[in-house]
Amino acid sequence: MKYFFFTIFFSPVILFSQANITGNIESTFQFLNNDSIIGATQPDQKGLINSYMNVFYTQGKFKAGLRVESYLPRIQGYPNRFDGTGIGMRYVGYANDLVDVTLGTFYEQFGSGLALRAYEDRALGYDNLLDGMRLIVRPKRGVVLKGVYGYQRLSFQQGKLIYGEGIVRGVDGEINLNEAVKKLEDFPLTMVFGTSFVSKYQVDNDPDLILPKNVGAYGARAKFRYKNVTLDGEYIIKEQDPSNDNSKIYNYGHASVINLSYTKKGLGILLSGKSVDNMSYRSDRSKDLQDVLINYLPSLNKTHTYNLVSTLYPYATQLLGEVAFQGDILYTFKKGTKIGGKYGTSINFNVSTTYQPIKHTSGINPLDSSGVTYTSRPFDKSDSLYWRDINVNVTKKINKNLSFIFSYFNITINNDVAKISNDSKGIISSHVGVIETAYRINKTNSIRTELQGMFVEKENGLIKDKGNWATILVEYSISPSYFFSFMDQYNYGNPLESKRTHYPIITCGYIKDATRFTVSYGRQRAGLFCVGGVCRFVPANNGLTFSFTQSF
Amino acid sequence: MKIYLSFLIIFLSFSNYFAQNEIENNEAITKKLPSVKLKDYKGKVVNTAELGLKGPIVFSFWATWCAPCKKELNAINDLYSDWQAETGVTLVAVSIDDEKTKSQVAIYVDGKAWEYIVLLDPNGDFKRAMGVNNVPHTFLVDTDGTIVYSHNNYAPGDEEKLYEEIKKLSLK
Repeated sequence: MKYFFFTIFFSPVILFSQANITGNIESTFQFLNNDSIIGATQPDQKGLINSYMNVFYTQGKFKAGLRVESYLPRIQGYPNRFDGTGIGMRYVGYANDLVDVTLGTFYEQFGSGLALRAYEDRALGYDNLLDGMRLIVRPKRGVVLKGVYGYQRLSFQQGKLIYGEGIVRGVDGEINLNEAVKKLEDFPLTMVFGTSFVSKYQVDNDPDLILPKNVGAYGARAKFRYKNVTLDGEYIIKEQDPSNDNSKIYNYGHASVINLSYTKKGLGILLSGKSVDNMSYRSDRSKDLQDVLINYLPSLNKTHTYNLVSTLYPYATQLLGEVAFQGDILYTFKKGTKIGGKYGTSINFNVSTTYQPIKHTSGINPLDSSGVTYTSRPFDKSDSLYWRDINVNVTKKINKNLSFIFSYFNITINNDVAKISNDSKGIISSHVGVIETAYRINKTNSIRTELQGMFVEKENGLIKDKGNWATILVEYSISPSYFFSFMDQYNYGNPLESKRTHYPIITCGYIKDATRFTVSYGRQRAGLFCVGGVCRFVPANNGLTFSFTQSF
Repeated sequence: MKIYLSFLIIFLSFSNYFAQNEIENNEAITKKLPSVKLKDYKGKVVNTAELGLKGPIVFSFWATWCAPCKKELNAINDLYSDWQAETGVTLVAVSIDDEKTKSQVAIYVDGKAWEYIVLLDPNGDFKRAMGVNNVPHTFLVDTDGTIVYSHNNYAPGDEEKLYEEIKKLSLK
C-alpha cells in the first residue's frame, strides 16, 4: 500500500520537472595483519570497512540531501565515534534570491570560524554538523544575514546520530559596502564588515559550582582591499565558560586573527598573526579532544605534504592559549631571465612561530569567589616556544619533460606542550631535505621520485625521539587511467637497533573519469599521504587497503 | 481488491519506468552545475551557476597543500592562453583550503601568475554539492551548465585528455 502511494505521488514529479541529482560514494576496506615491530595489531574482525554515500537533490527552488554512512566496523585509526549503518545527514530546504532555508542537518561557518564553524572532514573522521534550522536572508545586494539553531553531532552509534547535550544558537551579519552602497561601487578601497553572536545552552547539574547555563561568544570582523594590498581580521570574545578543558575557571576567553598581504603577478607576500586565550567552546562542557567544538581554531602554519614533514611532527592549536605568527613569500622569476630560464623558476619562503601567552596574576587571588585566575591580552606573548617552522622550496623546470623541486624544512616543536611523541621530552628540532624529480617519458607515461631525509638534532650527544629517517618514493603513471607507486620510509637513526624499521608500501590505482580504485599493501605510518595524485589522511597499519570512490 | 491493487501497482511501475526512459532521452535528470554562493579570492561574491561566462568552463578543485593539484594547474597555466584562444574555455580553480591555509591562496595564485578565476570554498559547500571525494577533481561544464566530463586524479598528460574533451564541446 505504501508503495502504491509512493508511485502515484512521484510519477508526476518525475514526469514534469527538471530534477538535478549530484553526490558521491566512498568506501575503504582494510584487511590488517599483526605487526609487533610497528605496534600494529590485527583487529578481531580482521576486515574493516567504512562507506558513505551523499545524494543531493535539487528541483527548482527546492532542495534535499541525504548521507547514508556505514562502519562495519570502522577502519583503523578512525575515531571511535563511528559505528553501524544509518542516516548521518538529511535535510530539506528552499532557496530563492531573498531567502535560503534549511531544516535538518547543515554545515556553516561565521567569518573565519573563531565563533562558529560546523564542518566535516570525512577522511579525518571529523563531523560536528548542526541539526536544526538555518535561515539565510539576502535583503539587498552585498548584505547577508544568517541565523542558525540546532544540536551538534557528537557521534554515530549503531547507525544513529548522537547529539551533544547543549543547544547552539547564532546570528551573523555581513555587509560588503562596495556592493551595498551604489556610490561606493567604483571606490578603490573595498570594505567588508561582519559581526557574529553565538550562544550555547546546557543545563547546570554541577553539585558544587553555579555554572553559566547560557554562554555567548561574539565579535566582529573586517576586510579591506586597496589595489594589491589586503588587510583582514576578526576578534571574538567568549563569556565565562567553566569546562573540563579550562579546569572550570570563570575567565572570559578571546581570540584574534589578522592577515596582511601584498600580491601582484609573480609575487605574493603574507604576514599573519593569531592570538588565542581560553577559547575551547563546546556544546557540552564535559567533553574534550575534537568533540562538539562550536568554533574552529586551526594552527597558523603551512600544511606540508611530504610524508616525513607532514606526519612526524605536526602541530595542533593549544585551545587554552597561544600566540602565533606566520610569514610567507612566493616569487616567480620570469621566463627568459637568467634565473627564470625558459620556463620560470619559483621560490617560496615560509616561517611560522607559536609562543606561550603571558598570564598576568598580580593582584588576582585565584581562590576567591570570582573564579578568575589570571588576566591576558591579545598578542601578549612570552619567550616560551611551542612551535617553529622555517621552510624554503624552489621549483625548477629544466625542459619540457624534466622538473625538480628542492625543499628544506627546519621544524622545532615543544613536545611537553604539543605532545607528539612518547619517546622524548622537551624541544625536538629537526631538519628535513627533499628532492623531488618529475620526468615525462612520453605523452602519457611519466615517472616521479622523492628522496627525503630527516635529521633530528641531538641533545648532549644523545639521539632525540626516534632519530633520523629517510624516505624514497617512486611513482609511475600512465595518463589518464593507471598509476603504480612504491614507497619506503626507513627509521635508520632510531636509538634502539630493533626499531630501525622499514615501512615499505606498494600502491596501484585505476581511474576512469569520476571513478577511482586503489589497492595498497604494506606498512603505513599515520599522516596525510599524497599518492597517485590524491591527498588523504591514512592511519597507521600493516596490511591491505582497498578503496573505491565515485562521483555522480 | 488486492488483485486490482497489484495490477495498478504493476501498471504504474511500468508507466513510471517508461516515463523515466523517456526522460533519460530528454535528459530531464542531468548533472547540472549546483548553485552555491562563494567568494572569489578578492572577496567578491559569485554564484557558481551564474558566472556569466560564454564558452565551456573547467572547474578544478584544488588546495595549497595538494601537490598534484598544483602540478595540474601549473601545467595547464602554461597552455592556458592557447586553450582560451582556440576554444573560449575558462578555468575556475576552486580552492578548498579552510581558514588554516586560506590566506595562502592569493599568495600562491598571484605568486605563480595564474590567469584563472579563483573561488574559495573554505567550508566545503561547493565541494560537497559537486560530489568531490578528494582533490584534485576536475569537471568540464558545457554552455548549458551541464557537467559533461570529470576526472578525479592528476598524472602528467591528463591535461591533454581534458583538452580533447573541451575541443569536442567547441566543435558542437
